[in-house]
Amino acid sequence: MEIQTEFEAREEETKLSIPTSLSNVQPKFETRGLKAAFGSNWVLKGIDMKIPPNKVTAIMGPSGCGKTTFVRCLNRLHELTPGATVEGEALLDGENIYARSADPVAVRRRIGMVFQKPNPFPTMSIYHNVVAGLTLSGVRDKKKLTQAAEQSLRGAYLWDEVKDKLTNSGASLSGGQQQRLCIARALAVEPEVLLMDEPCSALDPTATAKIEELMTNLKERYTIIIVTHNMQQASRVADYTAFFYLGKLIEFDETATLFENPREELTERYITGKFG
Amino acid sequence: MILLSVIIAIIPLILVVWDVVVQGLPAISLSFFTENPPSPLAGYGGILNGIEGSALMVGLATLIAVPLGVGAGIYFSEWPESRLAFLSSFMNDVLAEFPTMVMGLFFFVLIVETTRTFSAVAGAAALSVIMLPIIARTTEESLKIVPVTLREASMALGVPRWKTIFRIVISTGKSGLATGILLGIARAAGETAPLIVTAGYLSFPPRALFQPTASLPYIIYNFGQAGYSNWTTVAWGAALVLVAFMLILNISVKLYIGRKSTGVRAEI
Repeated sequence: MEIQTEFEAREEETKLSIPTSLSNVQPKFETRGLKAAFGSNWVLKGIDMKIPPNKVTAIMGPSGCGKTTFVRCLNRLHELTPGATVEGEALLDGENIYARSADPVAVRRRIGMVFQKPNPFPTMSIYHNVVAGLTLSGVRDKKKLTQAAEQSLRGAYLWDEVKDKLTNSGASLSGGQQQRLCIARALAVEPEVLLMDEPCSALDPTATAKIEELMTNLKERYTIIIVTHNMQQASRVADYTAFFYLGKLIEFDETATLFENPREELTERYITGKFG
Repeated sequence: MILLSVIIAIIPLILVVWDVVVQGLPAISLSFFTENPPSPLAGYGGILNGIEGSALMVGLATLIAVPLGVGAGIYFSEWPESRLAFLSSFMNDVLAEFPTMVMGLFFFVLIVETTRTFSAVAGAAALSVIMLPIIARTTEESLKIVPVTLREASMALGVPRWKTIFRIVISTGKSGLATGILLGIARAAGETAPLIVTAGYLSFPPRALFQPTASLPYIIYNFGQAGYSNWTTVAWGAALVLVAFMLILNISVKLYIGRKSTGVRAEI
């Protein structure tokens, strides 16, 4: 009897895990029963989700819902925190990044990340910040590095603002510029997926608008997953939006559908501002 | 109230420095740095043997203590969850508080007795063990304050952990590291007790590693209590040289840190 109910519940969750319009698309990322904990505190309680390629997918939810932990599981960053554990599977192009044979360093090279607060390396110049991922993995070819620097800075809409001061410290830029520098740094290693953990939460509206515009352009080349607690932002930039609550995926759908016609009562209450 | 206690606290320091300068200045001349100590009642001579002996032993001690201390500091800071790190970090604290005379006696038994001579090597070994916990602790502290977000930024770029530590964490915390090393050098340069039982004294500059070796603190200790008036002045002069060396070291540490934290330009 109990097994039956659990099976049904599971079935229902699987239906939620992908918007119907995506059922025939090969997902870029797929998680199966992904759980994560700090010590004995399980902050992710089994996430089944399929993330489509070359789209912006927003992960939304109130504080403590596990959205940040979720994306930190996707590039195996969560496990670096002392006492943190992960269970379940996360498949990147069908291959489990948590398989025994998977190398976390190689996984992280394929998945770029932009953090909540801009975090350029303070001892490095703008130029060195951008190519840090390359130089630290042993690329020495000067020509290739300068090329990658320009290309990534252009990609992050920062080139025109910094091209004359590439030798200045990365810390000398404004907050918004620093965040775009961090995006350029992530782009320089040519990842396939870009994880963005509330990338605009420390920025003013102008800088936020720039980064949102940037995201829309970057999705042609990258799969973008953005964590946000800002519903307006999700509705502006995301093609698909997932709503997390207390470590569970409550609903995942096309952004417009999720906001205008949510299936779950919990989602509706959240987007109408009744809690959160 | 706070101002008063600050003033009370620095008065002894000012008095000591003042006394050292007034008493030591008569001994200072160019020859004080190029000659060896005088015979009793025969002028001021110099302290070349002490300067060279101290430089040799502190230099050797630095060569030993820096790699070990920095390595231990990295380990304490980057693997805090390891039991071994916890244990050795505790031992490091004990070592820092250890009476330096006991350290000297340990190396007396270990090196002086087995080689049957006081030596620069025994002195340097004792000094290195005194420097080690200072360097390890300051390394640990300066790496721990490197924000975790920088480590994560580097790891997220697909940089392995060891490379993240050596290229990002250490380069961000390097002014703290340099401070620790200079503080360790200053501490070792001023140590007297362990050198009395390990390095001994020689009235001319060191010519071999396994041979008694003079040092500035030993000259201060030995000449200061001899009772000949010219020797007393030599001791004051040596004290002045040592204090000046430490002040210069400390000021350069401050300048170095100041320059680092305000530096906006970086190299391509």
